[in-house]
Formats: sequence, C-alpha cells, structure tokens
Amino acid sequence: MAEAPPTARQTGVVSPAAAILTDAEAGAAPRGDVWRRFRKNRLAVAGLVVIVIMVLGAVFAPLVTFFSPNELGPTSRAKPSLQHWFGTDVLGRDLFTRIVYGARVSLKIGILAVLIAVAIGVVVGAVTGFYGGVLDGLLMRMTDIFLSFPYILAAIVIITVVGRGERSVILVLGLLGWMPIARLFRASVLQAKEAEYIDAARAVGCSNFQIISGHILPNAIQPVIVYGTIFVGTAVLTEAALSFLGAGVTEPSPAWGLMVNQGRSYLFTSPHLLFFPGAAILVTVMAFVFVGDGLRDALDPRLR
Amino acid sequence: MAGYIFRRTLLTVPVVWGAVTLLFLVFFVIPGDPVQVLAGEKAVSPQVQANLEAKFGIDKPWYVQYEKYWVRLAHGDLGESYRSSRSVNTILGSTAPASLRLAFWAIIAQVVIGIATGLVSAVKRYSFIDAMTTVGTTMLVAIPAFVLGYVLIYMFGVYTFQHSFPAWAKFPVQGIGPNRWGLFVIPLGDQWRYLLMPTMTLASVNTAVVARMTRGSMLEVMRADYMRTAEAGGLTRRTVILKHGLKNAMIPVVTLLGLNLAEMIGAAILTETVFNWPGIGSSIATAITFLDAPIVLGLSLVLVLTYVLINLIVDLSYGFFDPRIRYGGAER
Amino acid sequence: MTAPLLAVRDLRTTFATHSGRVGAVDGVSFEVMPGEIFGIVGESGSGKSVTALSILGLVPQPPAKIESGEILWKGTDLRKISEEELRHIRGSDISMVFQDPMTSLNPVYTIGEQISDVVRAHKHVSRAEAHARAISMLDVVGIPNPRQRVDDYPHQFSGGMRQRALIAMAIANDPDLIIADEPTTALDVTIQAQVLDVLKRAAETTNSAVILITHDLGVVAGLASRVAVMYAGQIVEQGTVDDIFYRSRMPYAWGLMESIARLDQRRQGRLRPIDGQPPSMVNPPAGCRFHPRCPYSEDKCVQEQPALVELGGDHRARCHFVYRPGWFSPAERLVEPSSSWNERILAREEEAERVETASRGEP
Repeated sequence: MAEAPPTARQTGVVSPAAAILTDAEAGAAPRGDVWRRFRKNRLAVAGLVVIVIMVLGAVFAPLVTFFSPNELGPTSRAKPSLQHWFGTDVLGRDLFTRIVYGARVSLKIGILAVLIAVAIGVVVGAVTGFYGGVLDGLLMRMTDIFLSFPYILAAIVIITVVGRGERSVILVLGLLGWMPIARLFRASVLQAKEAEYIDAARAVGCSNFQIISGHILPNAIQPVIVYGTIFVGTAVLTEAALSFLGAGVTEPSPAWGLMVNQGRSYLFTSPHLLFFPGAAILVTVMAFVFVGDGLRDALDPRLR
Repeated sequence: MAGYIFRRTLLTVPVVWGAVTLLFLVFFVIPGDPVQVLAGEKAVSPQVQANLEAKFGIDKPWYVQYEKYWVRLAHGDLGESYRSSRSVNTILGSTAPASLRLAFWAIIAQVVIGIATGLVSAVKRYSFIDAMTTVGTTMLVAIPAFVLGYVLIYMFGVYTFQHSFPAWAKFPVQGIGPNRWGLFVIPLGDQWRYLLMPTMTLASVNTAVVARMTRGSMLEVMRADYMRTAEAGGLTRRTVILKHGLKNAMIPVVTLLGLNLAEMIGAAILTETVFNWPGIGSSIATAITFLDAPIVLGLSLVLVLTYVLINLIVDLSYGFFDPRIRYGGAER
Repeated sequence: MTAPLLAVRDLRTTFATHSGRVGAVDGVSFEVMPGEIFGIVGESGSGKSVTALSILGLVPQPPAKIESGEILWKGTDLRKISEEELRHIRGSDISMVFQDPMTSLNPVYTIGEQISDVVRAHKHVSRAEAHARAISMLDVVGIPNPRQRVDDYPHQFSGGMRQRALIAMAIANDPDLIIADEPTTALDVTIQAQVLDVLKRAAETTNSAVILITHDLGVVAGLASRVAVMYAGQIVEQGTVDDIFYRSRMPYAWGLMESIARLDQRRQGRLRPIDGQPPSMVNPPAGCRFHPRCPYSEDKCVQEQPALVELGGDHRARCHFVYRPGWFSPAERLVEPSSSWNERILAREEEAERVETASRGEP
C-alpha cells in the first residue's frame, strides 16, 4: 500500500489530501473490517451466494439451459422430469429455461431502477442537504407528498397512463424510488456538514463541489448503499407484483410475476407452474434483504 | 395539546392538496392523449369523445381542466368508467366494506400478535421463543405477500383436499363466501374460514416488522433506570413490565404502525387479487388489467386520502403515549 | 443494647464480565441501628452501590450473583426468603432512592401516578387515597403547590424537585430503612444541600434509618452518625463519624481526609490526592488491596491481607499497623507533637514538607 499522505499534525499544514485522510478516520469503517463482520452473518453470506449464482445464471443463461425461453413445445403443463427439470408451462415452454431467463429480466429491471433512483436521490439529497434554505423546504414538502402514495399504488397509477412494458416499469420504479434515498442522503449530508473536517477543508480553499464529492460523499453514501441493496430486492418484488397484476412487463417476456399470474388458473392441477416462479421471486427478494441487513450491521459503527 | 393537534392537522392540508394535484397531473396533463387514457383501451367513438370533452374540458387549457376537476371532487363525483359505465362511487360503495373488514382484522393481527410476540421475546431473551421469533421474523419480512398467499392457498385449499385431511384443515380459498357479518366486522357462522387466510397473508410482513421493533424497543426500555425504581418500590414484575415498560416501548412502535399502512395498501391490492376478495384492491387490479383509468384514478384518490388521514390519527395518538409531546418538551 | 435493624454479614457479590468473574463486593459486614444515619463512603468502583442493590436483591442476577453472606433484616435473612416476600419488603419496609433523578422517573406517567403505584403495591387503598397520600408526601419533601404538581410529568420538574419526588416515593409507605445511593451526585451543588436536608427531615418524619452512600465526605460529615469506608469491594475502616474524621487508622482513610478541604482544621499546604488508581477488580492486588498506593506499605502488606482490627467501641480498621505507636491520623497530627508520631509517618511528612517548600520557590 502506498504511503499515506502526511497528516495535518505532522506537517502542521492542512492540505486537502490530509483533510481527506482525516475524513477516513472520522467515521467510515475500514474495508477489511467490514468484510470480516459481514462474513460472520450467515444469512447475509447465503444471500450473497444466491445473488452471485443468479447473476451468473442470468449472464450465462444460454449456456445453462437446453431450450429457448419462447420455444413452444408439444407437452403442455408437463410435470418436472429429467427432460424438463421444472416441467413446462401452458404453451409447452420449458419452465426451467424461462425461470433462468426471467432472472435477466428481474435483475435488469431491478438494477436499472435502483441506479436511476440512487442517481436522482443522491443529487437531490446532496443539494438540499448542503444548501438548505428554500430549496430544501420545497423539496422536502414534495417528497412528503410523493410519499403519501404507497409504492405499488403509485406505480399502478403511472403505468395506467404511460402503458405497460419493461421500459415503463424501469422508469416508474426509478422515478418513484428516489425519495427515501434523497431523505436518507440529506440526513447524512446534514450530519457530515457539521463535522470539523469540513471547516478544515474550507479553510484551505476547497470549492463546494470538492467538499461535497471528496469529503461528504464517501461517508454519507453508506446508508444509501445499504438501502440501495435492499431496494433492488424491493424493485424486483414490485416488478413481480406489477407483472402479476398485468401492469408490468408483457408477454412473451419470461418475467416471474407474469408466470405466477399464468399459473394461477392451474393451481389445482399443476401447482408447479406457479410455485417455481414464486420460489424464484421469494429467494431473490430474501437474498437482497439479507445482504442489505448484513451490510447494515457490518457498517454500523455502534456495533463495534 | 390543542396546539399540537392544530399544527399537525394543518400540515395535512398541503399534502392532500399536493396528492390530489399530482393525480390530476398524471391523468390529465402528462399523457399525450388524455381522451384515449380515460376511455381505456377501446377505440373512441365520436360520441364518447364529445362526452369526455364536455365533462373534463379536455380541449380547454389546463387550468380550466384543473378547476373542473376540483369542482367535481367537491361534489363527490369521483368519475366513471367508460368501459363498464359504472361510477367509481358505486364501485367504492360495493367494495369498500370488504376491504375495511379485511384491513380491520389484519391490523388487529399485526398489533396483537406482533406486540405480544415482541414483548415475550424481549422479556425472555435468549430463550427458545426468542430465537424462534428472531429467525422467523427475519424470514417473514422478506416473503412477498402474493407468494405467501398462494402457499397458504395450496396448503390449506388444495393439498388438504387432495389428501383427505380432517375437515378443520380444509379452507375455502377464493372469494368472500357468505359475506355475513355482525357489527360490521365480526364474521358470523362460517365467515371466519374465508377470512383467515387473506388476513394472515395481509398481516404477515407487518406482523414480523412490528414484532422486531417491539422486541428492540422493549429491550432498551428494560435497561432504563425507571424500571429499577419501580422494582425497588415493590411493584410486581408483571406490573413493572406491562405498566411501566410497555408504554415507553410503544412510542417508536406506533410510528411504525402508521408507516405500515402504506405497505398494507399495496399488499392489500395483491392479497385481494390472490384470494379473489372483492375489495377495493381487487377492483383496482381488475381496472389496471383493462387500463381503465377513471377507476384507477378515483380509487387511488380515496386510498391516498385514507392513508393521509390514518397517518394523521397515528401522529396525534403520540400525545397519548408520550406526555413530553403533549406538554411541550422544554420546562424549567 | 438494641438489636440492629439490618445486619449484613460477609456479603459477597460477583459479576460476570468479558474478562472473568469480578468480585464487586468481597466480604462486607456492617450493622445499621434503628433511626440512625449510616454512611458508606468510597470511590467509584469500590462496591458501595452494588452492596446497596444486593441488600434489596436488585442486582440483575445474571450477570451478577450474590455468592454468599447473610442479609439480616430484623432477624430474617433476606437471601433466604422468596421473591414475593422480598417484594413486600421493597418500597415498604426498606426503600431506595437512586442517583440520577433524570432517568429514574418514568417519563410517561405523572409523579402522582408513580407514587400511587408504590403505595398501592403494598396496601389495598383506593386510587383517591393513594393520590392523597402522594400529595402529602410531596408536601413533606417541600414541593410547593403539591396539589397541582402531583399531576405533572417528570419532565416538568427540575432536577432537584425530581430528586425530592423520588424521596417522597421512598417514604410513602413509612419505611424503616431508606437506602440513598448517591442522592445528590447528579445535582447542582447549590441544590445538594437542600436535598440532603429534605432527606434528613423525611427520615425523621418516618423514624427510619438511612444508609447514605456517597463519594463525598462532606455529605457524610454533616449527616451521618456512623460511617463505613469502602475500598476495592471491602470495608477498610468503620466507626462513628468522629472516629473516621479525627481518629482514623487506615492510610486510605488518611488519604481521603488529606484530599479534602476542611474548615474545621487549620492546615497548611496543598491538598494531597492519593496517588494511583483504584485497582481492577478482575485481579485485585494480593495482600492488602491498598498496598500499591499506600505510602507506608511493607512486605507484610504485599503478602498478607489485613483483617478488620477492633479498636474499641465500634471502630475498626483494616491495616496491619493500627497498634503501632504514633500511628496518628492527619487530624491527630495537628495536635500531637511530631516527636510522638510513628517514624515512617514522620519521614513522609518531612519529605512532603521539603517538596512543598522547594516548589513554593518556583514562580
């Protein structure tokens, strides 16, 4: 590891580099420490493993499956067998293949939605937290108003107007999800703003932008990371719920929520049509929640 | 106290205004062709078109539309569906009771089971019950409502039928059944069999969250000095925990119950769909399938206003739990 | 000779900590007579609070454990009775006043309700009667307008008033013993005197004895009749107030006397704090527990723990040298000629004098 820049105490001068070093001492947990504590949490590790498998499966989908997700087959609603590991759906499509490709859909939607939400949320949170004033008050009122809509309901409302489909879902989830993130980040920014190392950085002549990006951001981002992780799970869940209700992605996409919807009618005779996609949703959401929880516990300085 | 009530209620007004306006923006301003949106997926006949224009003023500038919108609301007119020619008010009238009943029991389940579990778990820390609760709630929090719903349906509505289980284990799993109620919320006769599964599903996630929160809060409270004072005064352990401890522990839990409501509305839409429970939620679900905007708009409005109202009530109830809020914190 | 109200015999209480089992109270014995004010003095960590909590069985039993000893309340061993019987004694025969009035009162109930709870926990009286009792108790402790204030919440009281309310709670059931654990530590100095006065009057009103636990010698001097000095979980000296202040025989007690400013004695020179820190209780020093900090320790002190030596009357001290000639306390040294002092004491005082004169020469 490269030699750390001299601290203010050593040089007697507060340079921006030194200020950043103090920043690290100020509150962020050292990387190795976090990983070690994360590893102790068995549920979190299990979740992480699941996510990794999912991602790999999604990326290498064609290699792991034997059929094509939209390939119609002769046997409708076949039970799980050696040929069709999860059986087939109403149109004879191999269920296992559809589930694996469904991971692509879920992950794509989930991750993109979170990225949008985080991007907007962090910017809004930083601006309002840092500058405060009228802008802050206004934006906080606005988020209050938005937050008076339950997430799924708001998503439904907007989809009604803009139409279904993958792109709509991503946009809607992202645009509705930035508010808690903005709130969270704003709180962190407010807290960090009061810290002394900010005054030190200012005294040396750092511009506002430098201060925000170099000092406040690294510390304040932590709760956002935790929330973002759990939010991927929420996004996947909401997308599944929307698709289940017929307000999400459309046929012939192998989205799990859609598959659950299709399987409803055959619960009595072919329950596997509903339960495999249901289980997939369940496992995915749980994985993200456990990882998010584990991350939060590992990062929490109070638990040290 | 009166001051607190007044201020808090006053805060609700801009939120309500904002929410209503937002819905207006979503339905009338954003879409390229509001006529198409309002009419649903069907093609628009010229008569319907004229109708819509007259009623909503679609061809007029947005502020006129906005005014008409508020006027209609003031008259209690929530709109009507063009697909089914039923007014939203009618739909509301026929579906609201079912949703209210379901919500009522779900809330009772959350509060009673959640708090009781959390309490026992905290008092008997490290016991078997505590361990089970901790693990159980962690998992329950992550289970999506509609997956849980189908699991229950399958277990008690399909499997038990197919594999000759005793009669008490067989549950009807679709619909509201006889729809017989006493005092509006008490299920009569066989009604409870139809009520049980949907209630369990709807309450599941929040029960887990409430239990965890109660447990955490109670653990903190039990370490407080005033608990020791009460014990030194010779109060029984039961009184110390239930009277002195619980009231303090409930303060953060009450916040949670308010927030939970938002979750519940979303979960209700799904749960009612899964169980075919004829409430507001399933009406919205049906409406979205047909992209029936007026119904979605009208029912959403009602739900949002209800949510804001309940949050207000929850906030006001703080005064009961925490006298420091009632009388203002700063004293001599 | 009257029988003691409370007789603690050889009490041992331990705590389980990360570093092992800690003996917070290690063989403590004392007696409290009816109506008297008994002081327990010591630094933080000396075990005085734990002793008090142990008497009423209020130490949380994991991680703490009362290992052995007898706690005889009017002849009955409190360690041997059932939890329910102990509960009857708490708040009614023996009551306790705790240190921090901010956190010791429940914020969500009125003062009146909390006092009523204590009353009704022991007697079958109506709400109204308990409420009236609460009002009269608030009056006894000198809270103005008790009729209004009884329905106030703790956050509406000031610190001193809260402590008075706690005292009111403690006397509500006419106890025979009040244990006051550092009742004034968390209060402003100006309020301290008032609260102590209230405590004294409250005890007089109910004819109860008081165990007054404090680290403040001034508090003890004004109120107590008999005092025990604790160090590292043991009583190291015990006797009447005069015994301790004027005729103590254990160097730790001397250290305490020398470290406070006293108006009743002429004294030259500076206050002398005791060197060093109280020992860790996980591994207390072998032999005499004070020896690492004692200016007079010898080999014997390191190897052998002194027992409490009887000195006549009720006076006892835990030191190997109490009977050495000239083993005078600081107060005695002010009146006795230095030629009669024990040679080691003399040597130390002369050294201290030298250092003091030398340092006075510095600007």
